[in-house]
Amino acid sequence: MLNFLQSAGQGGGGKKKVQFMENDTRLQINNISVVYSDVIQVLKGVSLTIKKGQVVSLLGSNGAGKTTTLKAISGLLKPENGKVTEGYIEYDGESIQNSSPEDITRKGIIQVLEGRQEFKYLTVEENLRVGTATRWGKPYQKDLGLVYNYFPALLARKKALAGYCSGGELQMLVIGRALMAHPQLLLLDEPSLGLAPLLVKEIFQIIKRINQEQEATLMVVEQNANMALQIAHYGYVMENGKIVLESEAAELRENPDVKEFYLGTAASGALKSYKDVKAYKRRKRWL
Amino acid sequence: MEFFLQLLVNGISLGFLYSLSALGFVMIFKSSSVLNLAHGELLAIGAFLFLAISTWAQLPIWLSFALTLVGTFLLGFIVERFFLRPLIGEDLIQVIMLTLGLGIMFKGLLLFVFGGDIHEYRTFLPEGLSLDLGIVRIPSVNVATFIIGILFLILFGFFFKYSSQGIYMRSVADNQSAALSLGVHVRRVFALSWAIAFIVAAMSGIVLGIINGINVHELSAIGLKVFPVVILGGLDSIGGAILGGIIIGLLETFTGGYISTSLREIIPYIVLIIILMVKPYGLFGLVEIERV
Repeated sequence: MLNFLQSAGQGGGGKKKVQFMENDTRLQINNISVVYSDVIQVLKGVSLTIKKGQVVSLLGSNGAGKTTTLKAISGLLKPENGKVTEGYIEYDGESIQNSSPEDITRKGIIQVLEGRQEFKYLTVEENLRVGTATRWGKPYQKDLGLVYNYFPALLARKKALAGYCSGGELQMLVIGRALMAHPQLLLLDEPSLGLAPLLVKEIFQIIKRINQEQEATLMVVEQNANMALQIAHYGYVMENGKIVLESEAAELRENPDVKEFYLGTAASGALKSYKDVKAYKRRKRWL
Repeated sequence: MEFFLQLLVNGISLGFLYSLSALGFVMIFKSSSVLNLAHGELLAIGAFLFLAISTWAQLPIWLSFALTLVGTFLLGFIVERFFLRPLIGEDLIQVIMLTLGLGIMFKGLLLFVFGGDIHEYRTFLPEGLSLDLGIVRIPSVNVATFIIGILFLILFGFFFKYSSQGIYMRSVADNQSAALSLGVHVRRVFALSWAIAFIVAAMSGIVLGIINGINVHELSAIGLKVFPVVILGGLDSIGGAILGGIIIGLLETFTGGYISTSLREIIPYIVLIIILMVKPYGLFGLVEIERV
């Protein structure tokens, strides 16, 4: 529970933390609150840190605020009428919570949206070319080669309309498309959504390779906690718009609570009753 | 036979004009889903700008042509920046109403400056441009229309198919939030589509002005013709706009030639209604791709 206490104390000690911030910090989110349409509060004081070169995974159940956290970083909240009302987001020491999505992407933060938002009426290769928007006018042939190297399946389909590609191909396509932008910080929203287990494994291996070979820092939002924690260095668990747990990924994998709720591998092996779950949550809040 | 060929030539060249004009309309619709009800006025603006530069200021033709292109391009940016950008994020119906208002405003301004009379360009098309094919003689205006039409259509075809900016524009039309997540400058795409729409509208406005004389009411009424053209071709298809334009042009001239001149003006709208009933996406419109 020590980790949890640390994270709870982080909000207040935020200012101090900036002083200690070393230059290996890529992204620093400090106690942000996000409100949609001026009334619906989704994030209630979220703080997290992403170090350069790390893979950080953000876990949590549906509606916990994971996607909103990503959108707060990438600036995509604004077109959806969402706003960061409190706290700040710093990228390489620069405040970005008020920047437009265009500016944020040009700093190297690229979000891969949930649910494979391909361009249906563009071919696979044209889809990849849209990824060059942040550096319009520069050569992109080498990057195309790189993406086809990671995802050979795309090369075979490069002339096909994306609307006719399979789910697996599309997931590769949207990750590849983001790679074309030379991301410094890649935000992946549920890359495993709706994919067969074998394909999930493959995608995660490639994500790991991207992290190692492209020196990209990654943040992965996932329901598939098992996979996410295998490739991550550090992990956060969200619930109801707050971070409730954070630690090294290896430690998080061994944490009995995470095992119970996200990995489904409780020590006893037997599922606890719903009553116990409620009790657990209550205990958690009082802490 | 002679009459038929003459009608064919006239129909195709009129069709090219409609295609060009519809291209601008489709451009705006494709990138931002806005039905531009001011389209006829864009034609008129281009035609009058060319009139002012070439006939009144007496600048050489090629220079006035270039200046009109640049001028309308800039005007497109300005209109987008000041009138349409503040409405980004509002309901579509409000934006469409705004274009209706813009059209009325443009028309009023043109009437104020140029009056409601018919103006004429000084003749500048060389007679040598006309083609004599033995049975039919194609007047130089029609030859010019062909050249301008084909040139612009090829240009835009390449622009959208191969250039990066063209692909960004299509990506915005396809999935705006995904385009935004990759850093596509969505507002720039909107501005560019208005600027291009202004240019192609000006082109067709100028040629129509050469053929019929330049009159505010007439030119802005022709803007309405883009509706049958784009409905026939498919609202979001560039190739469809081109073919739709040619089909409507041919229909008009043949109806006028063989049936009656009074039917000529309404035949496009009859086609519009039939197409809407049997093929609402148009001949080449995008049918929603749905993988099952």
